[in-house]
Amino acid sequence: MKNLFVMSPSELIKQPLFVAFVLIVILLAVGEILSPGFTSLDQIIRLATVAALLGIVAAGQNLVILGGREGIDLSVGAVVSLSVIVAGNLMDGMNINIPLAFVLTIVTGAFFGFLNGVGVTLLRIPPLVMTLGMLGVIQGLLVVIRQGVPSGVAAPALADFVSEPFVFGLPGILWLWVGIGCFMAWLLRQTLFGLRIYAIGSNEQAAVMAGVPVRTVRIAVYTLSGVFAALAGICLLGYSGASFANVGSQYMLTSIIAVVFGGTSLAGGKGEYTGTMLGAILLVILQSILTTVNIDEFGRQIIFGGTLLVLMVFYGRGKGLRA
Amino acid sequence: MMNTATQTPSAAQRFKALCARFPFLPALIILMLLFALNGFFNANTISARGITGLFSTYLALMFLAVGQSFVVFAGDIDLSAGNILSLVNVFIITMMNASAGDGATTLGIMALGVLVGAGCGLFNGLLIAALRLQPIVATFATSIFFTGIALYVLPVAGMPAPMIYWQTYFASFFGLPFVIYVVALLLVLIFLFSRSKVVLQLLAIGDDKQAAFQSGLPVTATRIKGYVLCGVFASFAAFCLTGDTASGDPLVGSAMTLSSVAAVVLGGSMLSGGFGTQLGSLFGALTIGLIGSLVYFVGTPASWQNFVQGLAILIALMVGILISRRS
Repeated sequence: MKNLFVMSPSELIKQPLFVAFVLIVILLAVGEILSPGFTSLDQIIRLATVAALLGIVAAGQNLVILGGREGIDLSVGAVVSLSVIVAGNLMDGMNINIPLAFVLTIVTGAFFGFLNGVGVTLLRIPPLVMTLGMLGVIQGLLVVIRQGVPSGVAAPALADFVSEPFVFGLPGILWLWVGIGCFMAWLLRQTLFGLRIYAIGSNEQAAVMAGVPVRTVRIAVYTLSGVFAALAGICLLGYSGASFANVGSQYMLTSIIAVVFGGTSLAGGKGEYTGTMLGAILLVILQSILTTVNIDEFGRQIIFGGTLLVLMVFYGRGKGLRA
Repeated sequence: MMNTATQTPSAAQRFKALCARFPFLPALIILMLLFALNGFFNANTISARGITGLFSTYLALMFLAVGQSFVVFAGDIDLSAGNILSLVNVFIITMMNASAGDGATTLGIMALGVLVGAGCGLFNGLLIAALRLQPIVATFATSIFFTGIALYVLPVAGMPAPMIYWQTYFASFFGLPFVIYVVALLLVLIFLFSRSKVVLQLLAIGDDKQAAFQSGLPVTATRIKGYVLCGVFASFAAFCLTGDTASGDPLVGSAMTLSSVAAVVLGGSMLSGGFGTQLGSLFGALTIGLIGSLVYFVGTPASWQNFVQGLAILIALMVGILISRRS
């Protein structure tokens, strides 16, 4: 990518990172006008925390979409819900249980991600269908575990990690998110695995010819998506303190939108996680403004849906037929 | 059919050829199998009464899945179909409650309901085919938008349908339940559309958009037509759902969207477009219904039913794709 400072305005407007950044600033200004105090430090940290939850889910979604062949993971939301319950029950409100709960929850997420990957590669089920079916299975599993009663309590240390200042006044989850951002940049730019994700996403045939183990890479990508969703579930447990029914379902499509707003092409092979982080922040600010202002639920939904559509006109429009 | 197909390679090839000619064949086999199993575990399910019950519950999903097929044929998807259903549901319910409630007015209101569905579909179509937004994310955004409008029309669930409406839905005419006539009507529609120009063009676009464009097909206009038809069928689905539940609910349809996509896939259509039948989608919707009732009748503990059902649908999706795959 060219340096943003040497671009002409017409080039700039085509840079998703730049557009997302400008939109974030505009939305923050709108929020401050509509409700003074919207951009206070406390509020910004709270917004960033909510954005981090979405951003962590979107990290996995981003990898899956980058991997191409219509890659998409509709099961992330259900995995988040499941992880909240599994982690909550294993922790049972005690700090000492955190390591075990953490490991088992991540393994659970990885397991379902792995199954998705196997279905998509070895059985060659289209990703949308495979993850849609998995969504149904996990939702059923949620009913089995929950037995109609909400259960599971966050350990105090986890709740502190998500909500209380940790280093430089920022909660631990924000440092975690920054860490994930660095990890993703390293993974995608510096490692063979990352290069292979782009390779299979942009031209699978060429990748096969070049000796890329396409199936292994793709299974790993779906597994990672499950891992990130599980990690987000653990953080969400810390954020909400206890588990509620289907808390994760909101992440199914918002994680995809965050990826798209971040400039990653749904066709795969193009995009990076930095954009997705901005996309997640953008979405969360928008949602937050709508909950702050005093309007009826229907108005909130209409404005949210309408704004998403307007934003999409800026982003990822398909190629014209004459192109 | 299944047994002979696995015995000799030539029979397997013949089965493949049959599948290529009748893409809904695997769906039909799975459906028949489920039907037999249902009958085995509870004879009532294959009685006339049982089948009527199945139809009255799943007619909405059948219409929605057939509607979803129009856009899937062209390689598109409509994640707002269920929300259009909700919107039409609350629209006709509030209109019927505000009006006199005689037959002619009700029919007039239903005609307006079709227009609402078509309008939503047109909106989707313009965004996706004309503005070139990506179908998955664009229809997700419109689904929120339509839900907002539905909440404006009716903020909370519960407004009852006029008695004449649901009594008609559950009534019998000339010895046959009303829903049977609706199923017959749906079959006629499917038959007519199967030989229509628009479906052929949608399939051609789904097969290769660029080629379709270069051979002079009106790609943009046809895709918009697909979305409009999907919206119209979502309104038909809303009529059936309103008859079945006899009430209005602004959020009733959102859970049905993904089921309609699953039904289309179960019916042997390819999500990437270019290949499929609407009869298959109808079979797919019934398959989802029969899986649900089978899970219940084999005596699955209540808390496990959703899980077993989800698993069975996932397996059915996989099996359907694996046996219908054209190599």
